[in-house]
Amino acid sequence: MSAIKAKHQRLVLLVIALIALIGAGLLAAWALKNQAAYFYVPSDLVAHPPEAGRAVRLGGMVEKGSISHAADGVTVNFVVGDGKARVPVRFTGITPDLFVEGSGVVAEGRMEGQTFVADNLLAKHDEKYVPREMKDMTAQQAKQVVAETK
Amino acid sequence: MHGFANPARFLRLARWLTPLLLVPGLILALGALAWGFFVVPPDRLMGDTVRILFIHVPSAWLGMAGWSTIAISSIVELVWRHPLSGIAARAAAVPGAVFTAICLATGSIWARPTWGTWWVWDGRLTSFLVLLFLYFGYIALAGAAQRDAAAGGGASRVTAIFGLVGAINIPIINRSVVWWNSLHQPPSITMGKSAIDGTFLWPLLIGAVGFSLVFGGVVLMRMRTLLADIQAEARLRRKAMA
Repeated sequence: MSAIKAKHQRLVLLVIALIALIGAGLLAAWALKNQAAYFYVPSDLVAHPPEAGRAVRLGGMVEKGSISHAADGVTVNFVVGDGKARVPVRFTGITPDLFVEGSGVVAEGRMEGQTFVADNLLAKHDEKYVPREMKDMTAQQAKQVVAETK
Repeated sequence: MHGFANPARFLRLARWLTPLLLVPGLILALGALAWGFFVVPPDRLMGDTVRILFIHVPSAWLGMAGWSTIAISSIVELVWRHPLSGIAARAAAVPGAVFTAICLATGSIWARPTWGTWWVWDGRLTSFLVLLFLYFGYIALAGAAQRDAAAGGGASRVTAIFGLVGAINIPIINRSVVWWNSLHQPPSITMGKSAIDGTFLWPLLIGAVGFSLVFGGVVLMRMRTLLADIQAEARLRRKAMA
């Protein structure tokens, strides 16, 4: 067998191996589609409610105007929505810096009746990076800047 | 391409190309970091922590670029048996692992004040940690294969095959934030569009170019070292035979 032919044979073998590899990877990713999700969105929770008391994570947007602080000062109530469904959430503790209305949040906790009781809150940052001095800030962002600079 | 198969010719080229990559690379990278740390304004939500962006994101890109180099070199080694391709793949492993570790460390430091946690097992973070472990495995395997070859075991293709199989993790890292709900945000820079304001984007891109040049320079330096090692070993073996 000539050298050129051996080279071609190796190339064909490699291409077949690569196709098999990519296929296996895609199948694995597909199988992990639901298991590898870090959190449920509100419409998942409403459509397939987990059994009461099971620890789950709920992720979505904090609805604008929904954050209210309870009288004890450390409990915060808000609504997490994904445009299709909305779930009320109660959390007692210190919220992360990026926890603001209209922004993403991941709450770890469990459903108690119709309310999601969170024992941990993680803020989710969006993909936008914009300096503070931008003129096109929304009212919520402007409020946040004012609150922070006080 | 086989013109550079002659190591002597490659070494002559690499000798003057190394400082040509390293010096402008260091100037651009350090300049962009200084720009990012001291000049750009704070982010609307994250404030000053946004400055981590300028080291975190180039590290992430180079961590993945390192394994892409390994994968492409491995294909060239397996199909065309190019004598320098295996050396290039091995030379990219250590800098790639270092940038991957920097990305993970800075990401963790960034996550604490912004997300409220040091670490979560979401798709992006987990797949990037897997990349670091793949680098460790690759470095160990390449070292073992070299010792084996030096002991007369003959050239082994197992390192190249591992480099190729590990490449499946690269598209998974890239797509992890799209396929699965994750705490890490989706990509900011996609095909010709950027959700990063120009104020942050310019130092980021210049830094990325600078770090890439440094990466290339380090890979060339390591290739020269590996070639010198192989030559020294061959010489010792010839002496032992004589």
